[in-house]
Amino acid sequence: MPVSLIEGDSLLAVDIGAATTRAVLFDVVEGQYRFVAAGHSLSTAEAPFKDVIEGVRNAITHLQNVTGRAFLDTDRDLVIPSQPNGAGVDAFVATLSAGPTLKAVTVGLLADVSLESARRLTETIYARVVDSIGLTDHRRPDEVIDGLLALRPDVVVVTGGTDGGASRSIQKMLEPIGLASYLMPAEKRPAVLYAGNQKMEEEVKSLLGTLTSSLHFSPNVRPSLETEDLDPAARELARLFIEVRKRQIKGVDTVAAWASGHILPTGYASGRMMRYLSRVFGSAKGILSVDIGASATLVAAGFKGKSTLGVYPQFGLGENLPGLLNHTTLENILRWSPLDISVGVLRDYLYQKALYPSTIPGTREDQAISQAVARECLHLAIQSARRDFPANAASLNPRQLPLFDPILAGGGALSDAPTPGHSLLLLLDALQPVGVTTVILDQNNLLPILGAAAGRNSLLPVQVVGSGAFISVGTVVSPLVRTAYGAQILRARLIYEDGTEARMDLKFGALELLPLPSPQNARLILQPTGHADVGFGPGRSGEVTATGGALGVVFDGRGRPLDLPSDAVRRRELIKKWYWTVGG
Amino acid sequence: MLASLVHILPLTTIVRERLLPVSGRVTARLNQKVGPTDVVAEAAWAREHILIDVAGALRLPIPAADRLLRCKVGDELPASAEVAVGAGLFPKSVRTPKDGRVIAAGGGQVLLETGETSLQLRAGLPGNVIEVIPNRGVVIKTAGALIQGVWGNGRIDTGVLVNLAEKADGVLAPSRLDETMRGQIILGGLCKDAETLQTASEIGVRGLILSSLFPSLLPLAARMRFPIVVTDGFGSLPMNSAAYRLLSTNAKRDVTLNAEAYDRYTGARPEVIIPLPITSEPALPREVEAYAPGQTVRMRRPPSMGAIGTIVLLRPGLTLLTSGLRAPAADVRMETGETVIVPLVNLEVVG
Repeated sequence: MPVSLIEGDSLLAVDIGAATTRAVLFDVVEGQYRFVAAGHSLSTAEAPFKDVIEGVRNAITHLQNVTGRAFLDTDRDLVIPSQPNGAGVDAFVATLSAGPTLKAVTVGLLADVSLESARRLTETIYARVVDSIGLTDHRRPDEVIDGLLALRPDVVVVTGGTDGGASRSIQKMLEPIGLASYLMPAEKRPAVLYAGNQKMEEEVKSLLGTLTSSLHFSPNVRPSLETEDLDPAARELARLFIEVRKRQIKGVDTVAAWASGHILPTGYASGRMMRYLSRVFGSAKGILSVDIGASATLVAAGFKGKSTLGVYPQFGLGENLPGLLNHTTLENILRWSPLDISVGVLRDYLYQKALYPSTIPGTREDQAISQAVARECLHLAIQSARRDFPANAASLNPRQLPLFDPILAGGGALSDAPTPGHSLLLLLDALQPVGVTTVILDQNNLLPILGAAAGRNSLLPVQVVGSGAFISVGTVVSPLVRTAYGAQILRARLIYEDGTEARMDLKFGALELLPLPSPQNARLILQPTGHADVGFGPGRSGEVTATGGALGVVFDGRGRPLDLPSDAVRRRELIKKWYWTVGG
Repeated sequence: MLASLVHILPLTTIVRERLLPVSGRVTARLNQKVGPTDVVAEAAWAREHILIDVAGALRLPIPAADRLLRCKVGDELPASAEVAVGAGLFPKSVRTPKDGRVIAAGGGQVLLETGETSLQLRAGLPGNVIEVIPNRGVVIKTAGALIQGVWGNGRIDTGVLVNLAEKADGVLAPSRLDETMRGQIILGGLCKDAETLQTASEIGVRGLILSSLFPSLLPLAARMRFPIVVTDGFGSLPMNSAAYRLLSTNAKRDVTLNAEAYDRYTGARPEVIIPLPITSEPALPREVEAYAPGQTVRMRRPPSMGAIGTIVLLRPGLTLLTSGLRAPAADVRMETGETVIVPLVNLEVVG
């Protein structure tokens, strides 16, 4: 375990979201780092402020009121390091997701090799790919120039060529980018990340050096055709993202200065934390983190040290909501609703919510729509993310989600749900995990903040994760089976620490609970019936340690993929019953 | 807690910055009186670019091709003009496919810009130019009533306001529109069919003020040549009473619609401006406010979405809502006299 050089120091972190800015304090309590308190405020990246610093100061002021400690001086500047009188903090970090989705252009050679790497890379920041330029692009260079002038991309991500490999083709593709940038006003020129053939670095500098708003280099994402390593390029792209935001949004430079450069895109910080956790706690299964926010839905996964990160602004619950209908239908969204809601009402909701991303449901119907939309967004995001999971990830069936344990979930739609049961059901419906997994709610949305903090203090995230700052919802058992509705698929015995037992017979189509409060653990003996598989092989029994939580042990016998009844009335009744099972 | 604000004001000073998206020429002068459709700045840029691969065409290395170039940056060339001529007994020449201006030459290539696209920036409101921002635009000041909306189709026009919305929740049907409304701005209610928009277009109205618009009509509304300002949202929403009262009592006055697209980052919003005579300059609208009792607010989510009320109490801590969520909330007295509990984030201060 690495030991921090600044052990014992307090750390203040802010997360600047599209709707809310949060300030979170970590400090040493009884020899261990702990999450102490959080303050929040409306984000102020938008008009009339157009300056994130106001929201940051307000969130810190709220935190001051909660803790009784002073972090800002009379000029409302951060006091750092901490003073003998107790004011201030020793370290400060920040994460940022506020701001409009960036427009990105990807450049690479082969569509299914380097351009795919460029796409994956771009999906680690809050960006939308608006054009791709590759070898199979049959446009003339001047058509590409006019296309770029019309699109005005914020970012260009260039990959392609193995180290020492093709260079002429990449040079040909970079020429129109340089010329288009040359024709743009200096303040509108894109930032460029070059992550291709390393032998071309000098040529790229001479082609684009003075024509971009900033030019970044990273090691080749494809040093050879068979190898892909996105991590160094993703790190550089995160830096580039912050540079772009500094130009776009006032106050980001001040926050970056307070943080001495330790400011990361929120999604990237979550991904970093997952990499970290998978190294520290990794097992044969992967670990998964999802976050449904106004800016984007994030999916970060760790598989024995290898990690993937997908930031999907198109599946965010804010200003991009009307665009959701480019990826799904109103009917698909409504299939998740327990209430009878018309497609017209849902369509109006999507457009109205896009106007006011920070608003929250005020009625039961509004809440039902909101939860249905969140389910669909997460479902679409996990489908997109699955494309990039390693082919050798442990799974019960390659068509299903790989095995994950634990699943961490955060973001407004989950952390603000009325009950942990609502959050859990949303996760089970959208993700459809298989086997045995622990579900943990990040109610204070600490994960990205801890990812950013890891860069300042490597001990802090480990100790905070182990300190109970996250809420365990419980252990979920989801057998992989397809059989007749009502047929028995699993027998379970839960043996508590005091020796008492609870038993449960799970039928296909049912959702059942056995109580197991946190922080208790219990022995869980699982005996699948027929070909049902809970991770020990079809029909094979086994024992696991169940972790307690708000809902205890949850048995999801609804089958994978979850097959909702086509009859709307029956479907809604069933969904209501599931809500009832998990606590209303 | 900081409040969201929407301006619906009977009399205020309105100051608006009008800027070109690219560098251009400012045509308005300082202290000039402008009308909403007057051009205050303009910019022009090439419609398309042509990249001529001289080195490739002459099959020469780049340095050799560069030596043969017969044009330089800034040259205006007609179609078929020689940009380079090769060497030898029967030299091959490279010519321009269209007329254009050389904007880059070198590296074995020539880049031409051809055609011209121009943009004229209109004032968007009647008033006085109080500042000229060189190459970018102007700042204009006026006084009058201001009603901000939530959606606009990007057009600007001015005309006499005709009230076809007998009540705030009225529906604008095509049968309500006739030839007498040509050149006028129509205060309608909600619009739910394409026929209404098409009829308005055929008649030649100068603009539409709608309470709400069905989302399916957005693409058509965006294409309309006249400005459309939506005050309250999408679907079947009535017009908020503050906006309706102000607009309906100003019928037959000249109004300006600047149906600028809503941009949460720049603060641009579609607006209805009713210029009014003044004896002294009224106050500027407040841009920042915290929630407080006594404020007039508009609901941004159900129930009562779009309705106007008054904050009577800010509740301490978090309040359990009907949706099951807990959030900071206020007691709001509606115009019906009923008091409802609303989360603060769902309120927009009207002022």
